[in-house]
Amino acid sequence: MQEQEEIYSLEDQKRIALRNCGLIDPEEIRDYIARDGYKALAKTVRRSSPPEIIAEVKSSGLRGRGGGGFPTGVKWELTREAVGREKYVICNADEGDPGAFMDRSLLEGDPHSIVEGLTIAAYAVGAQQGYVYVRAEYPLAVRRLEKAITDAKELGLIGKNIFRSNFSFDLEVRVGAGAFVCGEETALLNSVQGDRGDPRGKPPFPATEGLWGQPTVINNVETLANIPQIILKGGDWYSQLGTADSTGTKVFALAGDVCNTGLVEVPMGTTLKEIIFDLGGGIPDNKGFKAAQTGGPSGGCLPEEHLDIPMEYDTLIEVGSMMGSGGLIVMDEETCMVDVARFYLEFTQDEACGKCTPGRVGTKRLLETLNKIVEGRGEVEDIEKLKALSRDIKKTALCGLGQSAPNPILSTLQYFEEEYKAHVIDKDCPAGVCEELV
Amino acid sequence: MVNIRIDGLDIEVEVGITVLEAAQKLNIDIPTLCYLEELNEVGACRVCVVEIEGEANLQPACMYEVREGLEVRTNTPQVIRARKEVIELHLSDHPFDCLTCAANQNCELQSLAKQHGIRELKYEGDRNQFYIDDLSPALVREPSKCIRCRRCISVCSDIQEVHIYDVIERGFDTVAAPAYNESLMDTPCITCGQCIMVCPTGALHEQDNKAEVWEALADESKHVVIQTAPAIRVTIGEMFGMEIGSLVTGKLVAALKRVGFDKVFDDCFGADVVVLEEGQELMERLESGRDLPQFTSCCPGWVKFCETFYPSMLDNLSSCKSPQQVFGALVKTYYAEQEGIDPKNIFSVSTMPCVAKKYEAQRPEMNDSGQRDVDAVLTTRELGEMIKEIGLDIKNLPDEEYDQPMGQATGAGVIFGSTGGVMEASLRTVYEKLTGERLEKLELKEIRSDGFKEAEIDLKDGRTIKAAVARGTGKARQLMDKVVSGEADYDFVEVMACPAGGCVGGGGQPIYSGRDKWNRMYEDRLQRSEGLFKADREKECRVAHENPDVKKLYAEFLEEPHSEKSQQLLHTSYQDRQMYTHEEQYAEERKS
Repeated sequence: MQEQEEIYSLEDQKRIALRNCGLIDPEEIRDYIARDGYKALAKTVRRSSPPEIIAEVKSSGLRGRGGGGFPTGVKWELTREAVGREKYVICNADEGDPGAFMDRSLLEGDPHSIVEGLTIAAYAVGAQQGYVYVRAEYPLAVRRLEKAITDAKELGLIGKNIFRSNFSFDLEVRVGAGAFVCGEETALLNSVQGDRGDPRGKPPFPATEGLWGQPTVINNVETLANIPQIILKGGDWYSQLGTADSTGTKVFALAGDVCNTGLVEVPMGTTLKEIIFDLGGGIPDNKGFKAAQTGGPSGGCLPEEHLDIPMEYDTLIEVGSMMGSGGLIVMDEETCMVDVARFYLEFTQDEACGKCTPGRVGTKRLLETLNKIVEGRGEVEDIEKLKALSRDIKKTALCGLGQSAPNPILSTLQYFEEEYKAHVIDKDCPAGVCEELV
Repeated sequence: MVNIRIDGLDIEVEVGITVLEAAQKLNIDIPTLCYLEELNEVGACRVCVVEIEGEANLQPACMYEVREGLEVRTNTPQVIRARKEVIELHLSDHPFDCLTCAANQNCELQSLAKQHGIRELKYEGDRNQFYIDDLSPALVREPSKCIRCRRCISVCSDIQEVHIYDVIERGFDTVAAPAYNESLMDTPCITCGQCIMVCPTGALHEQDNKAEVWEALADESKHVVIQTAPAIRVTIGEMFGMEIGSLVTGKLVAALKRVGFDKVFDDCFGADVVVLEEGQELMERLESGRDLPQFTSCCPGWVKFCETFYPSMLDNLSSCKSPQQVFGALVKTYYAEQEGIDPKNIFSVSTMPCVAKKYEAQRPEMNDSGQRDVDAVLTTRELGEMIKEIGLDIKNLPDEEYDQPMGQATGAGVIFGSTGGVMEASLRTVYEKLTGERLEKLELKEIRSDGFKEAEIDLKDGRTIKAAVARGTGKARQLMDKVVSGEADYDFVEVMACPAGGCVGGGGQPIYSGRDKWNRMYEDRLQRSEGLFKADREKECRVAHENPDVKKLYAEFLEEPHSEKSQQLLHTSYQDRQMYTHEEQYAEERKS
């Protein structure tokens, strides 16, 4: 604890999702209970009706922390109202963005908060079965989660007639097989069903036709970690934090060219500058700041002029990036932005499911064009080609991964087009990164 | 009903239909590629994207359901540009060997490119280079031409329930293929060829055997004979623009003689022999009560299906070979003897509406004549191409007669080409032998059926024959599960592997391009079957055992059904081919 406080001033942070991480033994359920664990569930099951719980979550203004930012309470309500033989709740723990480890820390550091959050979600929507879909590359998270579920079952906190109510809920872990796209919710559904993890078209949305065609809530790990606190302290309390349309706090995984890398949890609306320079301690070796990449492979790169923007869902989209799941990669002046775009496209191209043509072939053509540019074979028309193809892929791709795949190109073109031009016209890489052009 | 607006036109449409279907009602033809009506609605290719009021992105018309007040635009600059972009992306990962492609001029991607006026390639870059899988004797896969539409997966999994194909790999390398990208030869593929029928490009096609037939025809030392399957006579005309189901038996014979075959025989003669052999077997089983029901064995796709998925039922498969193989064995023995030709010099060709027949002809055990019983098999498509190659149009040919001594067939043999036909043909004979009476109503209409149906034939001595007919192996699976579990107690079961009417909708039949082609196969089969039943009605003799040439065959050569000679030449055995799981285990999994 001492060390953590030294690096990150905890005062600058506001820990809700991460409140127990590092403080409790994650494998000891009594540690969790001692910190008000499962109290929210008791309150939910014993004293609240499902609509009351949904109303509480709605009033908190909590939006999905996986990236989409869809209001969680509305999602629950839609699922509750949807007609189905059965309903399901799923925790999406298939975190895969390069450099992001928010969910991993929560799963490894406070697994019971996820179990509790998901159980509350199940009560709210009327589900009796839930799944946590975790990537196989997180073996410790899988182990701790499984232990948490076993321990909670032993104490009757999940299972039949929870707190002697009529509410029963069972929870299972499903482990992924290494495909990034399975973090896309409809691909995740297919994967849980045992099918190939290819995304489905939306509509229909999972809230009406999800797992096995039944109404299903899919919430991200961090979203669920906030739920017990919202239930205990009230939606109003939560909505006081953050900004008007992005309430509460957000965990960011600070990485790249920044002095203090690691997780920070701050109120929504904290500026990029505060996160990078106050909490992150600035850029090492006195180098200049060039860009901050938010939102992972689906996000964008923000230049210095946007250092003062508040980190909230809609503002980030306005400036050509997105919140995403909370990856925040800082890049210093020695970064080539064309190369950065190329890196992300290489990732998304490799991880595309291959179902739709824009996702399968379009991203490949984008990557090839970027490769051409960084290798010094670029032509002026290539820049326009990139823009046109990016725009068409965004409009026509099947799933969120495909639709957002061109974002790293579009945002770097938006703010750093000069750098692209230097590559294709002057055959020069201003940052001195692209080997063929140095 | 809901009110929607498409391109400014208001229309009231049923709830539950898609934007694509609604647009069709307004005569707006939104282009599609992966979509196949009724069979494959996956929204993968993105060619059919349209603007929907309120949606940020373009949406696939083939999947998007209508709702009250929906406003759609299918013709905005954005839609047109995006559509073209998607087609150009498809083209950028497609080999350009259109001139030598099996689907040349019958390719849905080619049509789209033409429709959208694409004259140059926008993108250069990597193209997938997959190996060509031509190890199967029946089918060839050229995955480089695969456009990832998934139709083959749908037909193989949802209709045939054989589950050969799925999507493998990720990203740019994604492709529809057998598990582990094995050769089709090493999978439980039953070679029905339905995947060929639905493939929009030339990624799936039959093994082409035309060259070896031409070679044999050119070889003066070879005596080349051909047998024509029942269903060919009602579909070959379609290759020349004739109406669906046109019955052109005489013109077919004329064309084949002009192509250069020394003798043109009717495979229905073989079918008549099968009726006698199989009928005899059925009567024996009915008598002894053993190994019932008896399954027909004339469809090689079904035989392999049974060997692969229901090996415990192999004793129930009729041991009689299919008409093609019966005929093949007789050509190189009986016919060779009669004509005094050395069987080594006979090249025996068959033309079939089927690709599984190519596989069947190459089964190692099919050599009871001392040679390969059948040397080459041509599909309807290949035969049409050969006729075209010598500049003939079947429409303009006179009617000519089949050659003797294996040219005469009864109506019974002819209806083998339609689902229920084998059953009916057999029962005409069996009924007469068991009751001494002719079936008053020759056409057992109640068993000529959709999917899987049953019938009871009263033998008027307190006994009945319980019969069932299935077409498509998916339906056969349902039927077999009932038989295996004991839920059904049939005596005689006919299975045809091809779902659209049996052989009339076989995997070797003419392929029509377009999104309605799956439905069309089902519609066309009615006309094609009708053509066969018309041929049956026109025949003077409609029961196999009264075929004078067949009587002669038995009198002079075979002696009687199930004689030693017939056992040796006309009967075969089967083998357990299960590949993935043990059957009991499989059955248990299905139960649980």
